[in-house]
Amino acid sequence: MRAADGTPLKVSIARAMRRNRLLALGLIAPLFFFILFSFIVPIVDMSLRSIDNSVVPGVLPNTTAALRDWDGEGLPPEATFAALAADINAGRESREIGKVATRLNYEVSGMRGTIMGTARKIARIEEGPYKEALIEANKDWGETETWLLLKRLSDPYTFGYYLNAVDMRFDSVGNVVAQPEFRQIYVNLFIRTLWMSLLITGLTILLGYPIAHLMATLPLRYSNLLMILVLLPFWTSLLVRTTAWIVMLQSEGVINSLMVWIGLIANDARPQLVHNKIGTIIAMTHILLPFMVLPLYSVMKTIPPSYMRAARSLGANQLTAFVRVYMPQTMAGVGAGCILVFILAIGYYITPELVGGTSGTLISNLIAYHMQQSLNWSLAAALGVILLGTVAALYFIYNRIVGIDNMKLG
Amino acid sequence: MKNTLRYTTVGLAGVVAMAFGASAQAVDLNVVSWGGAYTASQLKAYHQPYMKANSDVKLNSLDYSGGLAEVRAQSEAGNVTWDLVDVVVADAIRGCDEGLFMEVDHDALLLPAPDGTPPTEDFLEGTLSDCFIPQIIYSFAFAYRTDAFKGEQPKTMADVFDLKKFPGKRTLQRSPVNNLEWALIADGVSVDDVYDVLDTPEGIERAFAKLGTIKSEVIWWTEGAVPAQLLADGEVVFGNGYNGRLFSAIEEEKQPLAMIWDGQVLDIDGWSIPAEGKNKEEVLEFVKFATDTQRLADQAKYISYGPARESSLPLVSKHAELGIDMEPHMPTKYADQGFLTNFQWWADNRDELNERFEAWLQQ
Repeated sequence: MRAADGTPLKVSIARAMRRNRLLALGLIAPLFFFILFSFIVPIVDMSLRSIDNSVVPGVLPNTTAALRDWDGEGLPPEATFAALAADINAGRESREIGKVATRLNYEVSGMRGTIMGTARKIARIEEGPYKEALIEANKDWGETETWLLLKRLSDPYTFGYYLNAVDMRFDSVGNVVAQPEFRQIYVNLFIRTLWMSLLITGLTILLGYPIAHLMATLPLRYSNLLMILVLLPFWTSLLVRTTAWIVMLQSEGVINSLMVWIGLIANDARPQLVHNKIGTIIAMTHILLPFMVLPLYSVMKTIPPSYMRAARSLGANQLTAFVRVYMPQTMAGVGAGCILVFILAIGYYITPELVGGTSGTLISNLIAYHMQQSLNWSLAAALGVILLGTVAALYFIYNRIVGIDNMKLG
Repeated sequence: MKNTLRYTTVGLAGVVAMAFGASAQAVDLNVVSWGGAYTASQLKAYHQPYMKANSDVKLNSLDYSGGLAEVRAQSEAGNVTWDLVDVVVADAIRGCDEGLFMEVDHDALLLPAPDGTPPTEDFLEGTLSDCFIPQIIYSFAFAYRTDAFKGEQPKTMADVFDLKKFPGKRTLQRSPVNNLEWALIADGVSVDDVYDVLDTPEGIERAFAKLGTIKSEVIWWTEGAVPAQLLADGEVVFGNGYNGRLFSAIEEEKQPLAMIWDGQVLDIDGWSIPAEGKNKEEVLEFVKFATDTQRLADQAKYISYGPARESSLPLVSKHAELGIDMEPHMPTKYADQGFLTNFQWWADNRDELNERFEAWLQQ
């Protein structure tokens, strides 16, 4: 069969289809590239950074090569010392030695001083034997542990940051051991982040469900007013809402003063409501509430009131009708709201930073610390990857139990 | 119609070309600093007079919140857009070691004092380092609410740690830096021995133990504006912060606060030049002007930080707006009651102590 212009119909259809496909691809291309470059590439880059250890083999290439054959007993041979002297000298000239110093200091405090101190004296060491000269420059080079550390960090990749992120470390011979108790922070923070996010999600259901129900059932002019009351804070800047909560909750603040004024509490026994986890929970619940109310409302809006009336006329009382007929139909909205609120809460940063004090900060605050202050970006990346993995795992479980197809955003 | 369009296009192109031509002559320098009252004092003392004298240079003032994260990110991305950064000395040393900042020869690049003293001798002892040109000496000191205690008022670091004599909440920076030193001083260690004691495991135990005695009453701050705010709100009775911020709370906002200079930690703030910056020549000209004797003294008219040059000290005059004598508000006046942070010690121990400090906070 042929088309009007004489080409076979099959070819002509395929041509038309291809044009359509190209057109469709062209339409999604901007979004695809946006997501690729603003989302996927950074995440891959972050994951790579969390196992990256290129600094030590990069700046000390001769030393790491020489250490490969060392058995780890006693001190390495003179040739290795000579290689280290040459590497440190080159690193000092290229001004990259500081990166090694920073990297080693993450593992063992004081290594920064060892490396930089040696680098300052290295120019004076012109000829061998390098062993004595280096130990003279810094006695750490006479310790087997220092060399074991360098040998352990000779590979361009390491899982050390992940161990660090779960309060573990390599000991000097490379076994995985727990961090000393006074340095264990990350696991507790992950657990706290999880349970506080769950609690906040639960609170938003408790508070949001009745509001959404009211909005869905009231006559339009009242429900519109309620809708504006829900949306108004939603449109206000996050920072404004957070600092407003500080004003409300602080011990000389509105709520405490009001309670003192009506005689509920004594003036000198004002409870601490902010700069701790109570502050974080209150402020975050308020800020995330619209993310629960809106999906709930849009689902409830679609439930015909006749269902409830039918249940009543078939003999159910108000409560039974609500629990057995109404609530199951809102589950899609509850699921959507939970996922939204929980995933937002687990990565929340600015609110816990401002109102969290010490007991109410979350893992994201520590990630920010390592990004901005300690500059240990690899550890920040490892913590980020673990957080991302946790969210993905929870999402997978949720999908298994509830089923993502049963979720409705509107 | 067509002609009009053509003329407009040609005209527009001409205007655009002229604009580009003009900007090719003038140099834009991105100068980064801390923002707020501090940047304002720099604008008045350095930027504005310099731009008035050099019409071909345009200084863009940008704000950041400290640290090396941005400089390092720009360097890794291979696109350094900052020409000059205002940094604390600890970051300058670290950035210098990592090759982020350019090394400077102070005597060759900076102006001598009016009497001819070379810069290396004119800048206060211990303030110079390889990639760093000091501007001001600031301090971390405590202030307390004068209406909080009847009778005896707190005067020493030991008083800050004394919950019995001076009950109430305190606010401290959420960082082991300074707090460990203060705990030891409050525990009776003399200012000169602090780092010797801190360099032993027992010393660190002792510092954490002493800090533990007030832990229940401490609100930890991370943003520099917070302590003055908490003090003004009456949320805390003691607070430590940058002395300049506390000065403006006391003198400009007239809050009922007073300073405790005892145990103050002096620190240095100054300029560092990103090693891969694109306009080094022009930046060095500006730095030369901004760090001369008169300019450093001028900055103290707008903010209560001490100039880093010996020769600037006698020139420090009255506050430009308040008309009060600035000399009693200079941390350098009380230098003998405090000490200079030991940057090298902290550079070696900060990573570990910070984890330990965070873990200790959570306990």
